[in-house]
Amino acid sequence: MRLLNKVALITGANKGIGLSIVELFLQEGGIVYAGIRDIEKSTYTLRKLLEIYPSSLRIVSLDVTKAGPCKEVFQTIKKEQGKIDILVNNAGIVTYELVPFIQFEKFEEMFQTNVVGLMRMCQLASRFMTKQSSGSIINISSIVSVKGVAGQASYAATKGAVNAFTLSLSKELAAHKVRVNAIAPGMVSTERLVSVADQKFKDQINKIGFGRMATPKEIAQLSVFLGSDESCFITGQIVGIDGSQSL
Amino acid sequence: MTDLITYNQIFCEVFSVQENDLNDDFSLETVEKWDSVLQLSLVSSIEDTYDVMFEPEEIMDFTSYKRGKEILLKFGIEIA
Repeated sequence: MRLLNKVALITGANKGIGLSIVELFLQEGGIVYAGIRDIEKSTYTLRKLLEIYPSSLRIVSLDVTKAGPCKEVFQTIKKEQGKIDILVNNAGIVTYELVPFIQFEKFEEMFQTNVVGLMRMCQLASRFMTKQSSGSIINISSIVSVKGVAGQASYAATKGAVNAFTLSLSKELAAHKVRVNAIAPGMVSTERLVSVADQKFKDQINKIGFGRMATPKEIAQLSVFLGSDESCFITGQIVGIDGSQSL
Repeated sequence: MTDLITYNQIFCEVFSVQENDLNDDFSLETVEKWDSVLQLSLVSSIEDTYDVMFEPEEIMDFTSYKRGKEILLKFGIEIA
């Protein structure tokens, strides 16, 4: 088991990539705090995982745009586990629009979640991890942040900020042996994307060298690697996982 | 009421000074070696010792021996 007894906090854990990461981390022996915005709306799959892993999964209410609750989650983890080994910042909002259609109110909301919320979580995690002199922070970015794409400039801007923050934070925390990396997926076959892929993204899928989207599990596998000691010397990297997708 | 000796010990260890060097003027302005790294180290030790977690604003504001006591008082911890 590659994450045996490692304590992980995963945001945006209710579905999609986040949920896959929760599942794989549990399978690898991790103790997982699954952060979701509204516990009342937890998905069937997440609740099922709780039945299978009652002693190693805890679902916590977590809105990364709210400072107080974020702090409380870290304090809870500290009290219950005495440490935090891995933070996966997966919570995020995605929009699709050409630049003339950007609505700045929506953009600010997206920026608050994708960037400010992520920075807040990193700030809190780093305070525990520097004391421990260990830890791995994994920020979920996007291929659009490094390659750019028409129709997602505002989303790409938030993920570009995530990359810049990841690189700088990795330098601040290196002396404390805390690692910070980002994963930049291409198109991922989450339920949300699959439901609109044929109508909206057929051309994009044709541009993927491997001829298909990534599965959420493939993103989770990379997250396990970056969270585990197998990647103990890897920090400050934006790791692409896109099946040779051109945009 | 919490032991002043423990509070002083933390400052002595972080800044490598003697207890009689400590007073209400001991601060970012008067202590040459007080930099952001030592301030973080100080805050970290205080948090661990008193089992509190400061807000970022409080960490930034923790810039003197006296101010530290005032901040801890907000958590119901009186150093005397």
